[in-house]
Amino acid sequence: MLEPLLCDLSVPGRVGFRFPEPDVPLAEIPENLVRQNLPLPELYEVDVVRHFTRLSQLNHSIDTGFYPLGSCTMKYNPKLNEETARLPGFAHLHPMQPIETVQGSLALMYELQEWLKEIGGFAGVTLQPAAGAQGELTGILLIRAYFEARGETQRVKILVPDSAHGTNPATSAMSGMHVIELKSDDRGNVDLQALKAECDETLAGLMLTNPNTLGLFDENVEEVIRMVHEAGGLVYGDGANMNALLGIVRPGDLGFDVLHYNLHKTFSTPHGGGGPGSGPVGVAAHLVDFLPAPVVTILEAGDEGMELPPLYGLESPPKSIGRVKSFHGHFGMMVRAYTYMRVYGKEGLRKVSEYAVLNANYLLARLRAHYHVPYDRVCMHEFVAEGRWPDAPDIHALDISKRLMDYGFHPPTNYFPLIVHESLMIEPTETESKQVLDEFAEAMIKIASEAHSEPELLKNAPQITPVGRLDEVKAAKELVLCCAVGAYNR
Amino acid sequence: MYLPHTDAERKAMLATIGAERLEDLFQDVPAKYRFPELNLPQALTEMEAMGELQDLAWANESTHDLICFLGAGAYNHYIPAAVDAILRRGEFLTAYTPYQPEISQGTLRAIFDYQSLITSLTGMDVSNASHYDGATAAAEAISLAYANFRGKRTKVILSPNLHPHYRQTIHTYNHGSPLEITGEQLDISAGPEALIPMIDENTALVIVQYPDFFGRIYDYTALVEAAHAMGALVSIAVNPLALGMLKTPGEFGADIVTGEGQPLGIPLSFGGPYLGIFATRLEYVRKMAGRLVGETVDNRGQRAYVLTLTAREQHIRREKATSNICTNQGLIALASAVYLSLLGKYGLRQVSEICYHKAHYAAQQITKLKGFELWNQAPFYHEFVVRCPETVKDINAYLLEYGILGGYDLGQAYPQLENHMLLTVTEMNSREEIDLLVETLAEVSNA
Ligand SMILES: Cc1ncc(COP(=O)(O)O)c(C=O)c1O
Repeated sequence: MLEPLLCDLSVPGRVGFRFPEPDVPLAEIPENLVRQNLPLPELYEVDVVRHFTRLSQLNHSIDTGFYPLGSCTMKYNPKLNEETARLPGFAHLHPMQPIETVQGSLALMYELQEWLKEIGGFAGVTLQPAAGAQGELTGILLIRAYFEARGETQRVKILVPDSAHGTNPATSAMSGMHVIELKSDDRGNVDLQALKAECDETLAGLMLTNPNTLGLFDENVEEVIRMVHEAGGLVYGDGANMNALLGIVRPGDLGFDVLHYNLHKTFSTPHGGGGPGSGPVGVAAHLVDFLPAPVVTILEAGDEGMELPPLYGLESPPKSIGRVKSFHGHFGMMVRAYTYMRVYGKEGLRKVSEYAVLNANYLLARLRAHYHVPYDRVCMHEFVAEGRWPDAPDIHALDISKRLMDYGFHPPTNYFPLIVHESLMIEPTETESKQVLDEFAEAMIKIASEAHSEPELLKNAPQITPVGRLDEVKAAKELVLCCAVGAYNR
Repeated sequence: MYLPHTDAERKAMLATIGAERLEDLFQDVPAKYRFPELNLPQALTEMEAMGELQDLAWANESTHDLICFLGAGAYNHYIPAAVDAILRRGEFLTAYTPYQPEISQGTLRAIFDYQSLITSLTGMDVSNASHYDGATAAAEAISLAYANFRGKRTKVILSPNLHPHYRQTIHTYNHGSPLEITGEQLDISAGPEALIPMIDENTALVIVQYPDFFGRIYDYTALVEAAHAMGALVSIAVNPLALGMLKTPGEFGADIVTGEGQPLGIPLSFGGPYLGIFATRLEYVRKMAGRLVGETVDNRGQRAYVLTLTAREQHIRREKATSNICTNQGLIALASAVYLSLLGKYGLRQVSEICYHKAHYAAQQITKLKGFELWNQAPFYHEFVVRCPETVKDINAYLLEYGILGGYDLGQAYPQLENHMLLTVTEMNSREEIDLLVETLAEVSNA
């Protein structure tokens, strides 16, 4: 039997943790404000540790195997980063302490801002956004504030390529902008004709992912950006794919006005089963004054001769859009990203991208003869193949993905980008060795042959996993979203 | 280090690709911008990097070095050893969103446990798998309410006693939206009744905090009834640790519960990552943002778990999604689930009450001092406001000399509360520490 839920394990009367008895006189508690029943589990520490440890064993993870989930950059998460983020001077620091007591953290944040500026080619960076999608929201709000300040409030249109991630249109809509979908051309680039047709005085901006979600560097990127700028719009970069660009090209040099980074992709902070992320945003000079508050600045310059460090502090930019969350962002993720960048250094970071691109092109080269790759040219850090064959009509990308589990691999991203039928989006990352890539390629090739010779192997997959395919319709129809009330204390 | 490629392997791989050099793979990048020289530091070994990071961490004075009476939305609590032991498991730490349920039952079941714990704690029907933090969760409550009335109700009432960061975030999120956000101009010393006359038939949502930003605890039943009488919804932003002893928002009839989950076993970490709690009634589940795990069966007849109601989310609905949220706070939600299951029914009530008693002891002692006065009129939880005889800045500077991290300077966010300090006491503060605070404050009051 699979590990049950907490509510199945609870035993009335069992106690898991005790605090010291209060060393102060007890105060009167207002009875009318007190809850009668606290229906939480009754377990002891061994129950809890075994429960969650056993649960963990039901997961596939980077630490246990290859995880080529496209667009998510599932690279190895260095253990050192986990140690540095837990140093007591970082982990037990209150966000509202006087700045004199938090100079180490502010220095780290300041340096991280500087490095991200340098890598992206930007004039300013905010570390506040919690994840990529919140970085997008911040970026679109910045664009909006910029046009408001210029009195160009008719600029309400945001162009989003049809290959874009779902967060791009969702973000634009959430910011009160009009979303216009832009089609891609047959080489996977932004369609210049379609773009031209939208370049008018209502254009606020374009959200461009480059390399795009096909893993392709837009061959006309300079032209695309020039067209948007000439129409008076700004260009937002979805930096989810920055793992292809470290030391390769700086988006700011290409003309991007604003871009979000994902520390949880490019800079190796762990994905944690769904988060936390961290989505800093870089901006060109004309947007710096609008950045969310606060940003880290130097309040008083240091003196190197006297070995006096600068005094760091927090500041609100003059036309700030405000804050996008509590406090200063996901500081713990910043420590990890800082550590990562420190270990790689400038040459190392370029290698990260070079090897990410090498690994993707190697897999592409090995799989091209077995899977149709609709936009087939030199890719960047990932590529998208089709999970279907005309002579195996019943097989879908999903079947291939499920069969991959039987070979011990996490599947690629399925059904995204939407412009490829039955898409399999494959991002190996730079931290995988040739041996792993070869094993994966062999499995993929074998599956392509099984799809034709023994399709039921795919249809019945996965077999070796803790559970088989799930009834997703039942989950949505019958909606069981938590244990019943009181289930812990029966 | 973290790159495995040998020279021989690189050459072999390039040969398979049909390229000569790594550089050849970047022909699509405009040549004039290709391979910029980056002004970044040189690489360090692990030992050197650890040394540098240690130096930075030592340059801080943390709540382990100081005696902490600072709270205001982020709290210094004890974290049982087992919590981090679980978080460090690579199978949780290095997985991502459980899109493939067959190889993600660990994460899915842990989220289902989390959802169950949060609904039990708040008295609500459903909880999502997390938001970014307390501020963004409060902002997403507005989106739910707005969608619920299909944009036909355009007024949102914010209690002025809602955390200033939450209110600021709400304003950022709603800049230029058709919503009228009001209520913050009200008298901060008034109770929730003061909000009632503002509620009308155009009101979509009323947002209050529990305990409020000043630590006060109110019974919100009358407020909820008044809102419901007008057809409006009520969202309550909670401190989940306080719910270890306090009546649930569910008992008040709240429609939405949001909150900052940080007190549940999450380190202060200079402000994040924390945990946005979001729970609601079943009838609003389809308007709710964020991931949701549901129970089902697999094709072998086993009970199994899967992400469900995904048609609300950005990857399916794109510009029509309930929110743009994608990555959430998965690992932090797991931390809170481990914390809540370890403390459980007895431990959570115990720690919750200890905070209450210690805070009341501190308040009682401080208000005996000349020049210090308790501002709170209503019952309070583990935070309270004292009017001080001098500026909070000066007092805090003085306290810091004695290794004490004083309270939050309320004048920063509330001009009418100049010289008022918000003090927080938790189970981490011993009686000796509280007495030391009081003695040191006495020196201020005698000076
Ligand atoms: C291309 C792209 N854009 C945006 C996002 C959203 O980022 P996050 O999940 O950090 O919010 C993702 C994440 O998966 C992505 O792949």
